[in-house]
Amino acid sequence: MSKIIDGLYYANSHEWVKVEDAFAYVGITDYAQESLGEIVFVELPEEDDEISAGGELSAIESVKAASDIVSPVTGTIVMVNEELEDSPELVNEDPYENWIVKIEMENKSELEALLNAAEYKELIE
Amino acid sequence: MKTTILNEKHRALGAKMVEFAGWEMPIVYSSITEEHMKVRENAGLFDVSHMGEICIKGDNAEAFVDYIFTNDVTSMINNQVLYGMMLYETGGVVDDLLVYKFHKSHYLLVVNASNADKDFDWVVKNNTFDCSVSNESDNFSEIALQGPKAQTILQQLTDFNLDDITFFTHQNIRIDGKLCLVSRTGYTGEDGFEIYGTHFDIDELWSIILKSGGENILPIGLGARDTLRFEVNLPLYGHELSDSITPLEAGYGFAVKLEANNFIGKDVLVKQKETKTTRRICGLELVDKGIMREGYKVYHDSKEVGFITTGYKTPTTGRIVALAMIDRPYDKLGTDLEVEIRNKVKKAVVVKKKFFTKNYKK
Repeated sequence: MSKIIDGLYYANSHEWVKVEDAFAYVGITDYAQESLGEIVFVELPEEDDEISAGGELSAIESVKAASDIVSPVTGTIVMVNEELEDSPELVNEDPYENWIVKIEMENKSELEALLNAAEYKELIE
Repeated sequence: MKTTILNEKHRALGAKMVEFAGWEMPIVYSSITEEHMKVRENAGLFDVSHMGEICIKGDNAEAFVDYIFTNDVTSMINNQVLYGMMLYETGGVVDDLLVYKFHKSHYLLVVNASNADKDFDWVVKNNTFDCSVSNESDNFSEIALQGPKAQTILQQLTDFNLDDITFFTHQNIRIDGKLCLVSRTGYTGEDGFEIYGTHFDIDELWSIILKSGGENILPIGLGARDTLRFEVNLPLYGHELSDSITPLEAGYGFAVKLEANNFIGKDVLVKQKETKTTRRICGLELVDKGIMREGYKVYHDSKEVGFITTGYKTPTTGRIVALAMIDRPYDKLGTDLEVEIRNKVKKAVVVKKKFFTKNYKK
């Protein structure tokens, strides 16, 4: 049974968003990391990169294959989790603690298009 | 989708099932790395019942198999197994396969699942030797027991001294009372056995071998099967070998005996050997960060010089390496190349393609 945390926003493509003021921390869900299997590399974007909702944010490599991480929101990347460069397995160990990027959101109303925990639970069941 | 006799057992073991070559197969049970290391250090059991088997019988069977197979069938002794390829007239590969010799009028070809129907048609089409050719794929199930503890585990289940099944030979022996065809062969770079039997017997043997192995054995999915073969530079059809890649380009010249009898495709390979191939499979190691995957393009000073055929972060060594088809002269060890990974150019260098040394018992 995959873990889901209340109070986060979720995308259909299995990313989560944690909102702090104008900022969004983005990671992948427990369901996503379970489906991917062992993560061996996280390709991080550059700070100051501008990204749009639905656009490619980064890529996660499992032993077998690369998977795109899609940005749930539009904005500017203000921080990347550099710890994942050397320890990508942290995403497997605790996918909600180990965010991938912090984004300064351009338009917070985009969050309304995302799922809440209950809706996401329904999606993956 | 076809299923093997072991399908329910895979599910009960918690396997993640995927479609492979028209079959529903386990890709991973626990974790690819854990399964991979279990085979390197102890033992693993694979369901390879999806492999195809083609039986060839007749007075001219030896001449026939020699005509369609790159390796020297006439040199084989009874109970020997030989690796090689069937080629098109162009020198491209129909499939790579194992030939089992029972005697010179009876051979068994073990072929890739993805090519089994195509291979059978090819063999039938080229049978101008008045042999009987039968597709036995639906009549056999097959499991592979691989790893340094494979023999110890299997020996507990048979009175036959397994030392007498030497590297690349086979015997019909009883395992737990069940008559099986057993060869000391495999696809992992480790010692081990491939075991063929009736569906019913293999279904039972799967559980018996797992039980016999206890904590020294795990069931292994296709995920680790691929990382294991990759680390020791064993080719996978559709990647390092294909209808547009010759065995010489792939670097498997050892399985091609150009001085022996004529076989289909030989003329092209003779010419290719004289003039040297224009490209060959090399090892690449990534200098920058990322993972190289099949199909990614390889460049030298912005000029496209090849493509990745298989790439992984290897479980045993943690190195980020790939097998790649590279144009000469950029194939030389130490050559600096670039790989385009997801629209970014990353540095790589040509390295030896045996990323891990085989541990065969010969």
